[in-house]
Amino acid sequence: MTNLSLDAEQLYAELRAGVGRLLTPDTVLVGIWSGGAWLAQRLNADLKTGHPVGTISSTLHRDDFGARGLGATEAATELPFEIDGARILLVDDVIASGRTIRAVVNELFDYGRPASVELAVLVDRGGRELPVAPVFAAAKLTLPAHQRLSLAREADGRFTFAVKETT
Amino acid sequence: MKILIRNGRVVDPASGRDEAADVAIAAGRIVAIGKVPADFAPDRTIEADGCVVAPGLVDLAARLKEPGPGALESELAAAAAGGVTSLVCPPDMDPPLDEPGLVDMLKFRARKLSRCRLFPLGALTQGLAGAEITEMMALTDAGCVGFSQAEATMRDNLTLLRAMQYASTRGYAVWLRPKDPSLSGGVAASGAVATRLGLSGVPVASETIAIHTIVELVRQTVARVHFCRLSSAAGVELVRRAKAEGLPVTADVSINSLHLTDVDIGYFNSDMRLTPPLRQGKDRDALRAGLADGTIDALVSDHTPVGHDDKMLPFGEATPGATGLELLLSLALKWGNESRLTLAQSLARVTSDPVRVLGEALGSLGQSAGRLVEGGVADVCVFDPQAEWQVTPEALHSRGKHTPFDAASTGTRMPGRVRHTLVAGTLAWSAATEANAA
Amino acid sequence: MLARRNPQLNAHGELIHLLSIEGLPRAVLTQILDTAGTFLSVNDRDVKKVPLLRGKSVFNLFFENSTRTRTTFEIAAKRLSADVINLDIAKSSASKGESLLDTIANLSAMHADMFVVRHSESGAPYLIARHCAPHVHVVNAGDGRHAHPTQGLLDMYTIRHYKKSFNELTVAVVGDIVHSRVARSDIHALTTLGVPEIRAVGPKTLVPGDLRDMGVRVCHDMREGVKDADVVIMLRLQNERMSGAMLPSAGEYFKSFGLTEDILALAKPDVIVMHPGPINRGVEIDSRVADGSHSVILPQVTFGIAVRMAVMSILAGNDA
Repeated sequence: MTNLSLDAEQLYAELRAGVGRLLTPDTVLVGIWSGGAWLAQRLNADLKTGHPVGTISSTLHRDDFGARGLGATEAATELPFEIDGARILLVDDVIASGRTIRAVVNELFDYGRPASVELAVLVDRGGRELPVAPVFAAAKLTLPAHQRLSLAREADGRFTFAVKETT
Repeated sequence: MKILIRNGRVVDPASGRDEAADVAIAAGRIVAIGKVPADFAPDRTIEADGCVVAPGLVDLAARLKEPGPGALESELAAAAAGGVTSLVCPPDMDPPLDEPGLVDMLKFRARKLSRCRLFPLGALTQGLAGAEITEMMALTDAGCVGFSQAEATMRDNLTLLRAMQYASTRGYAVWLRPKDPSLSGGVAASGAVATRLGLSGVPVASETIAIHTIVELVRQTVARVHFCRLSSAAGVELVRRAKAEGLPVTADVSINSLHLTDVDIGYFNSDMRLTPPLRQGKDRDALRAGLADGTIDALVSDHTPVGHDDKMLPFGEATPGATGLELLLSLALKWGNESRLTLAQSLARVTSDPVRVLGEALGSLGQSAGRLVEGGVADVCVFDPQAEWQVTPEALHSRGKHTPFDAASTGTRMPGRVRHTLVAGTLAWSAATEANAA
Repeated sequence: MLARRNPQLNAHGELIHLLSIEGLPRAVLTQILDTAGTFLSVNDRDVKKVPLLRGKSVFNLFFENSTRTRTTFEIAAKRLSADVINLDIAKSSASKGESLLDTIANLSAMHADMFVVRHSESGAPYLIARHCAPHVHVVNAGDGRHAHPTQGLLDMYTIRHYKKSFNELTVAVVGDIVHSRVARSDIHALTTLGVPEIRAVGPKTLVPGDLRDMGVRVCHDMREGVKDADVVIMLRLQNERMSGAMLPSAGEYFKSFGLTEDILALAKPDVIVMHPGPINRGVEIDSRVADGSHSVILPQVTFGIAVRMAVMSILAGNDA
């Protein structure tokens, strides 16, 4: 794969359609910090779920703490609703190995016992290392391991994608 | 044995000599400086190219940790490696030197080692308890050159007065550490550093109150007093005034106080745990000026070997003291270089001036110790003034491996390296032999 | 002196030991405060535990007794899922003559990952940090008069929580400052975080003039010291000060330096009153003030657990 130009806004439109089909009246959206949180916030407004949107961070349950340390401190979990018995749809920008999702689910279960947890992502770039699968992905693609895909949000709320080389 | 020291630069502070000259030694004495007779057939020749040929150093304060297996041997070997040919040791051994028999034994053992002349200070009071005075006349006959309380204090001023009066009967010198008993309990010098580090402080008043008291008693008794280890600017000034008044007082300063300040404590480095404690920059400056203008008569090593376990403790619990015999020459030269003094001026403070402090106590030896004079004793230090080195504990001969000048702590570059040390015309130490033995 | 790296930081400037606030860059202090905020929310969850220190052993080495401080460190470590071992050294091997470093070596042989140390000698944690194995982290829980960095940090967290910004505050620290490691840590933290006016208030025996070298304004009058203050930190007065001939009596101390409602009225209307605890009611602080609306003494304790969790998790994530 050489030049990649992803139109984040177009993918968002697909995500919105896919998530719209998954929603039930009880579903609450929880976005994974930071890209997933932005997506969930906009989805929650666009789809008019009638529920508050939650944000969740994987910081405290990551499995790479020993190597990486704590990392970003701005990431915080805010879940303004009851978790016990909730139907939760997690939203993230990119899924790869699946470890972030594992950490996020552990974090979620610190708050209570949800009735169900599903996952929708903007991009599935493959390379799964754990048995985790999104129920909807707006795009599936393969990227070399040394490239990182990151979502950015412009000042006017529009999304863009950037591909970065990891050193 | 006949020895010829060839091609060296002879520096003798007492006479002012500073010139290239050969030195001929025979039967423990210097027979010629400069015009060596053509028929002088040396058994051994020491090449002193590029080296200074100076009097052997006279260190007025070096602690020997007796008893203990090998302590005298290792510390006198350290002295010889440092170019020190005569040293004065304080009486705080175990047991303290308050009996003539102990002094005899010590001097006997030192003589047998032939490394360095040993001049003990006798205890001023029995057991150094600060109460009953010792048999000063018997101790002097045994070889004591003065009387001291080391770090211990006197019970009260009346006892000190009586002790000074008795000592002055025969003109014995009393060597005193100026510190007030109740103000000297701290572990660091009072000031910004001690405050910040939360260490209990010793205020300058501890030193100045003691100096004032002692000076008053000198006025009354006319006893000869030597102030040991001045540490503060205020202390230097008080001694200056006492001397100006004509009082019979002398003073010394340690290599530690001359070069370091409380800031060097750093992150609670227990090598900096010393007594007297390291004071501030302005005190160090005053001590350096005082040593230069003669207010302070001598520079001493204050050699105090401390075992490793006694230093590997939190700062306040560590035993105070540092090794110094092997650093005295270099630190004298370093001070001299930094103060822009001549070589003769800096060497004077560790050779002829300490001898002057000892005065009559040295007897006939006093005429030639600390100087290079034809007919005088052959106590000589040959050193390379250009060599530079850094202190590494393993390389030290002393059993005390802890010094603030450790390359790992302050990383001080030490100027000057001893090549040969002669005591009474015998080679007490030689760098060449060291290198071969290594 | 050789330029020596602060032993608390590794070659990348990351925290590997917490020994003192001095010498820590503002960014490190801020990182700790920000991280503490995350951990505060953990304490509100049903499951008050996160696995960050799972499998790690934290040894509480208290050479000086303190049940309160030790308990908060224990709670913090357990909420991070660490295994906690408490050692009251006063009762054990040190009193049998074992040296400090031998004790550390023995414990390291038991695979300790973190030592939380309280000792009566200033500088003891530095000695430990110099001699413990490379991967082991040391947290100073109080050394002599020198430092109590986690207390300093939780005090800063408290101030930031109620006052938001440090930039325009007037903070008065009142009491036995010369003997207080809490005061020293607070003063270093306040200066590093940019507090413009810090006052040290107390009688000359407890607040000597050379404290100015630490960057504080020395006040020997309580009214002057508290006037228009945004924050008043009261320190505990220890009984030894009376028997050590520094003060005549607790009564006289309270009259001139006790925090009463009248004195507090001189401070700003939204002043907060802090105290590291335990409080001596009627000696340094009036009960009505300690229990009053300006007092944040109890929240300090809650913040203390979060701050200690932050410190331990930051240390555990950094390599030597």
